[in-house]
Amino acid sequence: MRNLVVRDCGKYKTSYKDDMKLFKTTGDKVKWLALILLILALPLFVSNYWIGLFTLCAISAIGAIGLNILTGFTGQISIGVGAFLGVGGYTTAILTSTYGLSFWVSLPIAGIVTAFVGGVFGIPALRLKGLYLAIATLAAQVIILFVISRWDSVTGGTAGMVLSRPAIGDFLLSTNTSYYYLSIVILLVTVLYAVNLLRTRVGRAFLAVRDRDIAAQIMGINLFYYKVLAFIVSSFFVGIAGALLAHYTMIVSPELYNTHVSIQYLAMVLIGGLGSVFGSILGAVFITLLPVGLSAIIDFLTVFMPEMYQLLSAFKEFVFGIVIILFLIFEPGGLAHIWLNMKKYFKLWPFSY
Amino acid sequence: MIFFFQMLINGIVVGSIYGLVALGFVLIYRASGALNLANGEFVIFGPYICLMLMTALQVPFLVALLITLIFSAILGLAVERIVVRPLQNAPVISVIMATIGLSSLLAGAVHMIWGHSTKTFPPVFPQTPLNIGGIIVTPVYLWSFIVVLVLLIIFSIFFKYSKIGLAIRAVADDQQAASSMGMSVKFVYAATWTIAAIVAAIGGVLIGNINGVNPTMASIGLTVLPVVILGGLDSVIGAIIGGFAIGILQNMAGGYLDPLVGGGLKDVVPFIIVLLILMLRPHGLFGSRGIERV
Repeated sequence: MRNLVVRDCGKYKTSYKDDMKLFKTTGDKVKWLALILLILALPLFVSNYWIGLFTLCAISAIGAIGLNILTGFTGQISIGVGAFLGVGGYTTAILTSTYGLSFWVSLPIAGIVTAFVGGVFGIPALRLKGLYLAIATLAAQVIILFVISRWDSVTGGTAGMVLSRPAIGDFLLSTNTSYYYLSIVILLVTVLYAVNLLRTRVGRAFLAVRDRDIAAQIMGINLFYYKVLAFIVSSFFVGIAGALLAHYTMIVSPELYNTHVSIQYLAMVLIGGLGSVFGSILGAVFITLLPVGLSAIIDFLTVFMPEMYQLLSAFKEFVFGIVIILFLIFEPGGLAHIWLNMKKYFKLWPFSY
Repeated sequence: MIFFFQMLINGIVVGSIYGLVALGFVLIYRASGALNLANGEFVIFGPYICLMLMTALQVPFLVALLITLIFSAILGLAVERIVVRPLQNAPVISVIMATIGLSSLLAGAVHMIWGHSTKTFPPVFPQTPLNIGGIIVTPVYLWSFIVVLVLLIIFSIFFKYSKIGLAIRAVADDQQAASSMGMSVKFVYAATWTIAAIVAAIGGVLIGNINGVNPTMASIGLTVLPVVILGGLDSVIGAIIGGFAIGILQNMAGGYLDPLVGGGLKDVVPFIIVLLILMLRPHGLFGSRGIERV
């Protein structure tokens, strides 16, 4: 296995430990190292605008991985992610702006508070599944947003709150590049956690609950514990993403966390690939960059049709819908599945059978 | 007391429209087990088409309504054929997400074609408000209530006696058994989506006559969720009673509690009810309790 170019070409594992290795070959390690280095070196090559976009992608990816732990791993549908992002964002806003706490303290607290709220709203999951759970989480979304927008004395009501960028000592992370590094580091930790979660007892229990919860219960898995745990773990990451997003945009207000945001996160998970950590990242990048791409197309079209510009937001909505439907019909496995197929194709090329 | 009755009447009228829209919802759930989150967009398509026919082409209201219904039927058929049928055996989340995508697509289309501004219907119903013992009722409200009642009666007869209605009920009950008895499940699916789209369009035209037409009307698609949860996802009578209940509760809460918390309760109260219902009685008041086997 010391050969760097050697690749996995079959199942030759002789022990469970081998089978569960994170990096199957040395080539794997090198590949991932190169990818991480590339991501870290990205600010050297691209413009500030793109770094800003990639920061958003990274933050969305953290939230999407969180949601994927719940929806993809454990099979519990949630249409309330937007509100949980809001809980994270508002927690850190209140802690840093009102009480003057440091960002580094308030970030984990935001995660924990969101995890707690998520856990509470996850309790109905014991009795509900599928459609009913989706509606319950939608109700959670509406109720949480109502509380946020009416609790003026704490949250600033519909006007929202203003935040500042975090600082390390005297160094303020005010530039896009510095914030990009912060988000990437947290994203890497999240990825590592999520990938490892799948290799533990808890992760396998999640998968069992997803596949058939009653069967899982018969096998000795405490459904209530694991379903609520899935909500807690998932909401923790969503809360962290919310806090990061709040400090990045430096503003929180209720309309930033509406149902549309929840739908976008669900779309990231679905388009990326349910139950795939790598897919969540692909999905997050895709959904975040989709409006940017569409804007570019519209900009191009306005040269010929000046009135096109007013249609921009409607056009984005329209295409968003089409993309979701097309993916569901033609590639339910999502981008992660497309990526696997591509890899397989090149691995077997030119003898594809 | 007058205030109370005013709120009650408003609640009943709004509730009757909720019941109508919820009916479309329940139909689809019963036949195909799918939750149609694009129902709100079905609702706004109708009034826009009707309005366009009436203002741009000067078509009389009833003719315009008829053409609108034909358009809605085509929309429902197209949605069933293009989006729903390929996902027939897909997991729940795919179907939910597909209807969410559909709602985004339709909303985008509505915005692109008709813009964001509120448009008012030319007066169709008489304008002078009726005064019944101090309670003021606009004729539009009265008419929508009557229309909804008539429709609900027609639908109950349709389901009870017509061949298609029976087929829909049979497929809802047991898809395999129905199909082995020679009923075309595909046809039934198409029929339910068509009926749901038509019902939604009628509801939309009624709301359009009351409040004017604008894209935010689509939010009724979400407001109807509490209605069907309260009534039970698979119960037609539940949808109707749930509609009245939610309509009345919403207006009462709006009238009495809004001044205390600063407004906005109208949209939240139904969802608080949803959480309570889901915790206490997940299958709703009239829904059938499912038995799960491994």
